[in-house]
Amino acid sequence: MTALALETRDLHNRFGGLEVVRNLNFNLAPGARHALIGPNGAGKTTFVNLVAGALSPSHGAILLHGRDITGLVQAARVKRGIVRTFQISQLFRNLTVLENVALAIAERDGIARVLWRGLAAFPTIVDEAVALLAGLDLAADATTAIRALAYGRQRLVEIAIALALKPSVLLLDEPAAGIPSAESHVILAALDRLPPAIAVLIIDHDMGVVFRFARRITVLVGGLTLAEGTPAEIAADPRVRTAYLGESILPDGVGR
Amino acid sequence: MASAIDPAAAVPRLGRARWHWAEALPWLALAAVPFVFPGYLALGCQVIVMILFALSLDLILGYAGIITLGHAALFGTGAYAAGMLSAHLGWNEPITGLLVAGAAAAAVGFVSGWFLLRYHGLALLMLTLATAILLQELANTLAPYTGGYDGLLGIAIDPIFGRFANDLFRQNYYVYGLIVLLAAFLIARRVVASPFGQSLVGIRENVKRMHAIGAPVHGRLVAIYTIAAAMAGVAGGLFAQIHAFVTLQVMGFQLSGAVLIVVILGGAGRLYGAFIGAAIYVILEDQLAKLSPEFWEFGVGLVLVATVLFARRGLLGIAEDLTARLRRRTP
Repeated sequence: MTALALETRDLHNRFGGLEVVRNLNFNLAPGARHALIGPNGAGKTTFVNLVAGALSPSHGAILLHGRDITGLVQAARVKRGIVRTFQISQLFRNLTVLENVALAIAERDGIARVLWRGLAAFPTIVDEAVALLAGLDLAADATTAIRALAYGRQRLVEIAIALALKPSVLLLDEPAAGIPSAESHVILAALDRLPPAIAVLIIDHDMGVVFRFARRITVLVGGLTLAEGTPAEIAADPRVRTAYLGESILPDGVGR
Repeated sequence: MASAIDPAAAVPRLGRARWHWAEALPWLALAAVPFVFPGYLALGCQVIVMILFALSLDLILGYAGIITLGHAALFGTGAYAAGMLSAHLGWNEPITGLLVAGAAAAAVGFVSGWFLLRYHGLALLMLTLATAILLQELANTLAPYTGGYDGLLGIAIDPIFGRFANDLFRQNYYVYGLIVLLAAFLIARRVVASPFGQSLVGIRENVKRMHAIGAPVHGRLVAIYTIAAAMAGVAGGLFAQIHAFVTLQVMGFQLSGAVLIVVILGGAGRLYGAFIGAAIYVILEDQLAKLSPEFWEFGVGLVLVATVLFARRGLLGIAEDLTARLRRRTP
């Protein structure tokens, strides 16, 4: 059996009296395409923050490729391959698309601590960033400042920055959030082209995105795992429908 | 792989490492002062000290986005270090004196920065202010060494290279200060054009994102704070050597506020903003103080209010907008 890309053991998080994530055991295989869904307040983003290292768990452990990383700060986890994107774009608004990606590459390669040589001494950064942007159809926007960029394109830059860090585990927090569903196909196309070796965990409310992208789905309710299985199993699970208060969460033609 | 995009055009900050002809202007202006206004070199020395001090603040405020109300603590540390070296230890060689001033301030900057830079926003503002007050009070308490409230007397700096003494008209010290400023500026320019300097801009723009791309944010901030502290310390040391006198005001809130005004007035995050801001502030202060010794701060306040209302990006921001508009009109 190959080691899991990511594993959480009894991961628990408490904000005051509120238990947001409760003893969660979660596995992500290498190359996985896994979705985490659940109603608002289910603890999905908190789970991402715990795994990425933006929050510390009350107890429990996080293992990356079998190694315990619970005690590591966020920067150290990024160096080991856990990379996350944000639900609301977190970009360098006054820098160009290319600069946004170049900063990530410089950080990944340890160039960002170089103090005594100009950035121009590292032309490969720009070459790599340009190639990466071309792969995401962002080449035409390379010299545009983020603040002048349409939000849908900004969502692609989020993904570009994450890929620039060469992750082995990628946490996508609602990659299509904030853009009209008519445009979400651009994000979906980008997700389809993610390198197969990366283990991807996606969080999304858009069931169209989830059911198209994921090969496994975990349903989180009140910080607990309610169900886990293939998209077909989840679509057929009556508990999942109840958890969403009777709403039909499923896109047309799924599970019917 | 050769990319179709010119790196310098694609990443404008890459291009900034190259010199632009306009960058010669402030240096030519500073070099011309001894010939055009030979009677104003004492004022010129004040301008140079203020430029150097503001340059150090611009590194942390303009590039890394660190806001501080206690920057004078580092200037003052340098001033006292250089002053006490001469007054108590009899070490009167000026250049090593400046290096000691820079090292002392760097040490204070490193230790205080390590604690302070875990905070941001209002908390950081209050903590930097508190740190400066603490250090000023420490200097007051250590009166046997610092002269306390009466000021530090007995500073007797040797002529530079044994030849150029501190004359009444400050001719030699103006040139000395200008060379020190040029050296510090070249270091600052190099640092901001480096990958490290760019990561500071990233921290200023979006610290959450910097954490998410794996940047050791705290370490980077402490590093630039220490570099800026050294530069502020050299400015303080230069001040002590020029005036051969140090008072508690070198650590005062008024000076911390003044240098903040200088950087905002000139335009933060541009290095050259320090030049324009310092020149205007010091000259305005001098002229207004002559007009009205009690009321001059009103005029300085008025200029600041106008800057914040009409030129958020400082005077250099206005200049940039104007050149951009001119360029559009004449293609």
